[in-house]
Amino acid sequence: MSAHSGAVGKASAGRRGKDRGFQLGLLFCVAVSVVLLAVLLVDVVADGVGRLSWDFISSFTSISADQAGIQAALWGTIWLMGVCAAFIVPVGVATAIYLEEYADSTKWWNRLIEVNIQNLAAVPSIVYGILGLAFLVRGPLSLGNVVLAGGLTLGLLVLPVVIIAGREAIRAVPPSIREGSMALGATQWQTIWRQVLPASIPGIATGVILALSRAIGETAPLIVIGAVTVIAFNPTGLDSPFTAMPIQIFDWISRPSNDVNDYRPLAAAGILLLMILLVAMNSVAIWLRNRYEQKW
Amino acid sequence: MPDQPVTEPQDKPQEEEGRGLSRSIGVRAQGPAGAPAIDGLPPQKKKAREPIFDLEDVQVSYGPKPAVRGVSFDIGRNEITALIGPSGCGKSTLIRCLNRMNDLIPTARVEGRVLYHGQDLYGPGVDAVEVRKRIGMVFQKPNPFPKSIFDNIAFGPRVLGMKGSMDEIVERALTHAALWDEVKDRLKTNAFGMSGGQQQRLCIARCLAVEPDVILMDEPCSALDPISTGKIEDLMINLKQEYSIVIVTHNMQQAARVSDKTAFFTVELDDEEHRSGRVVEFDDTEKIFTNPSDSRTEAYVTGKVG
Repeated sequence: MSAHSGAVGKASAGRRGKDRGFQLGLLFCVAVSVVLLAVLLVDVVADGVGRLSWDFISSFTSISADQAGIQAALWGTIWLMGVCAAFIVPVGVATAIYLEEYADSTKWWNRLIEVNIQNLAAVPSIVYGILGLAFLVRGPLSLGNVVLAGGLTLGLLVLPVVIIAGREAIRAVPPSIREGSMALGATQWQTIWRQVLPASIPGIATGVILALSRAIGETAPLIVIGAVTVIAFNPTGLDSPFTAMPIQIFDWISRPSNDVNDYRPLAAAGILLLMILLVAMNSVAIWLRNRYEQKW
Repeated sequence: MPDQPVTEPQDKPQEEEGRGLSRSIGVRAQGPAGAPAIDGLPPQKKKAREPIFDLEDVQVSYGPKPAVRGVSFDIGRNEITALIGPSGCGKSTLIRCLNRMNDLIPTARVEGRVLYHGQDLYGPGVDAVEVRKRIGMVFQKPNPFPKSIFDNIAFGPRVLGMKGSMDEIVERALTHAALWDEVKDRLKTNAFGMSGGQQQRLCIARCLAVEPDVILMDEPCSALDPISTGKIEDLMINLKQEYSIVIVTHNMQQAARVSDKTAFFTVELDDEEHRSGRVVEFDDTEKIFTNPSDSRTEAYVTGKVG
């Protein structure tokens, strides 16, 4: 091998300079987003960590900032997520199965459904709030501004996320598995229920958790459908009025603070608690994906 | 349709003893008249051939143009029938219409008649799921389910609601597929941990567990090393006692080693440059490899064209 140094030559200073400049530009963009996030976090932690205690979690909100807590909103959020999950899991998974396993994508109506689901994922959340108000709270169903209506509204909002994640998980199961199952005389339904779904559950579960972690922070649709802001009791059932954590936080921020009652630390503590929940949910999603995802 | 296909020589013994030995490819033991290649074996050992499949002018299309057409031959009980030919000649397409796996492809269309014990598999009222219960299939790439070895075998019997002890069913199937001794101590472990050859034998065992009549094998050894291939070939010859086997293979030595009958497919171009496969010759494997009637068959089996 003749490897003397002149054979390849050196890049001109200009070319290397551009390369370096591009790298620095990218680094700057990364730094902007990370630093902004860090500043926000530090600010919230500084304001709120002092209020984050068991008393905060176990007390109801109060006009007196010293005694106020987030219990009603925390339970409201848990109820909402329960209703939301109970709605999106069966409906979302069934839709994903239909679109992946049964729908003939050469037919225009199936393509229409697909395009619409993708578009629905991008509709602003307030529009779902209006939908929930018009059809669930009032109108045909007239549920009133209760847990059931709130959970279903959030469910409609994140349903496209579940459908898209579910479809991807189902599509990741190789066709050879379906063929192997069908070749043994299994029906299409047996193949889906006993082979395709078990193999795609980790992906579906991840999608559901990510959908719920989007729903948990939604404020606008809940305000539109009339979630109560000041409430001093936990929801007792599906037909119970409710508040939720983002709404409680919004309420505290919008109250005028003074020397006697400073609500801002309460809001910061609420944000911290919400973030802890979010991080926990996303961690579970990541763990599920890494632990159970099938390598084909 | 007569019971005997026109292509089959009436005086030909179904010799088992001579299989594989006298079959050196390309060597002409006899003249072109097509006399039996093995001398001295009395012809009375021939048992009556019992066709289980009768293909009558079968044509399979994906979309407007046929992928394979004009296929007429029969498949006998307890025989191994090999489908050979160059890539794109429609062997796999054809084997997949013997258990209606082509139904899974929306654009696939089958014309002509695929008679199984005299019943048209594509006739009205025939349920593809019932067809696949009777006619099992092993695929090119081993496709174990992402479950334990035990559950892989038990899946078929469970979905078909088969009676009896599942432990016994699983042991019987694995023993049959010559896999029991290798896996009996790790039945609960995931099948993905097995070697490729073991996975393919697991797929065969899985197929045996539902007690089919026919086993279709679509290039079952193409992803395996020679040792695993040899094991599967031995297995096929053993299974022939109880099952009828159809195998697609690119490996001509494999066809010569294991099969009783061979169908040679080729690719034809029509006026619009569309490729479609058709059967050139169907005969005893012995004859296909030593004394084929068609020059195209001869060119292929002797390796002059690939």
